[in-house]
Amino acid sequence: MNLRLRNSANWIMLTLTAVCTVAVLIPLFLILYYVIRQGAAGLNWALLTRLPAPPGESGGGMANAIVGTLELLAMAIVLGVPLGLAIGVYTAELGNGCGIDKLAGVVRFGADVLTGIPTIVTGLFVYGLVVVPMHRFSGIAGAIALALIMLPVVSRASEEVLRMVPHAYREAALALGASRWRVLRDIVLRSAKPGLISAALLGVARIAGETAPLLLTALNSSQWTLRPDQPMASLTVGIFNYAVAPYDDWHRQAAAAALTLIAMIVLLSLLARAWGRIGEVR
Amino acid sequence: MDRLYPWILRTLGLVVPALVVALGWQLYQGAAAARHAFGWGFVVGSSWDPVFNHFGAWPFIFGTLVTTAVAIVLAAPLGIGVAIFLAELAPNWLRGPVGYLVELLAAVPSVVFGLWGLFVLAPWMRTDLEPWLIAHGHNFPLFRGAPYGLGFLAAGLVLAIMVTPFVVGMAREAIIAVPRVQREAAYALGATRWETIWQVVLPGARSGIAGGVLLGMGRALGETIAVTMLIGNTPAVSASLLAPGYTLASVIANEFTEATTALYTSALVEIGLVLFASTLVVNLIARLMIARLAAAGAAA
Repeated sequence: MNLRLRNSANWIMLTLTAVCTVAVLIPLFLILYYVIRQGAAGLNWALLTRLPAPPGESGGGMANAIVGTLELLAMAIVLGVPLGLAIGVYTAELGNGCGIDKLAGVVRFGADVLTGIPTIVTGLFVYGLVVVPMHRFSGIAGAIALALIMLPVVSRASEEVLRMVPHAYREAALALGASRWRVLRDIVLRSAKPGLISAALLGVARIAGETAPLLLTALNSSQWTLRPDQPMASLTVGIFNYAVAPYDDWHRQAAAAALTLIAMIVLLSLLARAWGRIGEVR
Repeated sequence: MDRLYPWILRTLGLVVPALVVALGWQLYQGAAAARHAFGWGFVVGSSWDPVFNHFGAWPFIFGTLVTTAVAIVLAAPLGIGVAIFLAELAPNWLRGPVGYLVELLAAVPSVVFGLWGLFVLAPWMRTDLEPWLIAHGHNFPLFRGAPYGLGFLAAGLVLAIMVTPFVVGMAREAIIAVPRVQREAAYALGATRWETIWQVVLPGARSGIAGGVLLGMGRALGETIAVTMLIGNTPAVSASLLAPGYTLASVIANEFTEATTALYTSALVEIGLVLFASTLVVNLIARLMIARLAAAGAAA
C-alpha cells in the first residue's frame, strides 16, 4: 500500500473515533437539555412541599416522594454500607498478601455475580423474602432491595481503595508490635478513610436512580410515610407513574422530579470524586 | 479481637455467595407452579393469556433478544471508538472532562432515559425517522409497517445509549493495559497511528473489550424501566423493528403487582428465573474473558 493511502486511512479512522465520541455525548446533552428546560418549567414550591393531587386534577406536588426517596436511601445506607465495607475489608485484607484466604475468591466472585443481576430480579427476590411474609408492600422491603444492589458496588470499590494502602505502612506497624487488629483499625482503615467514604457514596449514587426493584417492594403511596412497614413513595416510581399517565400536568411534574433527582445524583457523584481526590493528595 | 476479627469478616463475606444461591433457589421455588403446568413449553409458548391462565414466555424472550441486539450492534462499535479516542488520541485537557461526561451518562437514572425517550425520542421517531426508514428501507422486512414511535427500535436505541458507557469503561481499561513498548515497536517499524491501534493495540486488548461488550449485553438484557416506557408493551412477535413488543423485565414490572392468580404470579416469577439465568450466563462469560485479560497482563 502506498504511503498516501495509508495516511488517509489513518486520518479517516482517527477522525471516526472522535465522531463516535461526539455521537455518544449528543444524547447526553439532549437529555440534560430536556430535563433542565422542562424540569425548570415545572419546578415550583408546591412540587417540593405538597402532597400529590388526585388523578386528573392539576396542582399538588411530590413532597412525599422526595422524603420517601431520602428515607429509602437512608435505610439502604444503614443496611448496605457497613456490610459492604466489611466485605471489602475481608476480600482486600484477608484475600491477598500475607494471609491468603481461599474463600475470598468465592466472595469476590459472588459480588461480581450480584452486580450483574438485573435489579428487577432483585426486586422479585425481596418480594418473596420480605413482602410475602409481611403481607404488604413496605419501605423496609424497598430499602433491603436497594441495599442488596449497592452491596457489591461498595465492597468492590472499597477493596480497590484498601489495596492502595502501601504495604510498608502495615509492615511498619507490625514491626512496632501492633496486633493485626490494631493495624487494620488504626493504620489501614484510617489512611483509607476518604476513599472508603467515596466508595460508600458511589454505592448510594448507584441506587438513587433505581425504579424497577421499588415497584415490587416499596410500591408507592400518595401520603406522607414515616413508618418503614408501610408502602413508601419515591421520586423514581413517581416519575414513572406520572410519565405513563395521560395528564399533561403530571408530565410536567415528572420532568421537574427528574431534574430534582438528577441534581441529587450529580451532587453525590461530585462529593464522591472530591473525597476520593482528598485521599489521593494525602 | 485479634483472633476473632478474621472469623467475623469471613462470616460476613460468605453472606454474598449465600445471597446469590438464595436468590436463585427462591426464584426456582416461586416458579414451581408454572414449571409444573407448562414444563419446557413455557419458554417456546407464544400465547400470554392471563384470562385463560395460559402462559408462554416466547414473545418476551424474543423482545428481549431483539432490543438487546439493536443495543449491542450500536453500542459496541461506538463504545470501542470512544475508548480508542479517550485512551489513545484525546489530549490531556480533553480526556478528563470527556471521561467525566461519559460517566455522567452512566449515572443518569433509567427512568429519566425513559422520560426523555417517551416525550422526545419516540415522537421524533414517529414523525421523522420511521417514515424515512419505511420510505427507503421497505425492501427489508426490518423496516415495514406503521410508524408507531414506540417499539423495538425506540427501546433498542435508548438501551444503546445506556450501555455504551459500560463498553467504554471496560474497553478503555483494556486498551490502557496494553504495554507501551508494543506501541513503540510498531511505530519503529513505520506503522501509522491507526495501524498501530488496529494491528497491535486492539488485538492485545481483545478479551477485555469482548468482556466489556458482554457486560453491556448483560445490562441490556435486564434493563427494565426505560424499556418498559418505550417498547409499547404488546406481547407479539414481529419481524419489523418498528412494531411494538414486550421484554422479560418489562412484563414483570408492569404485571407483577396486578397478577390475580397464583399461576399468573408463578409464571412471572419463572420469567424472572429465565432472565436471571440468561444474565448469569452472559456475565460469567464476560468475567472469564476479563480474568483472562488480567492473567495475560500479569504474565507480561
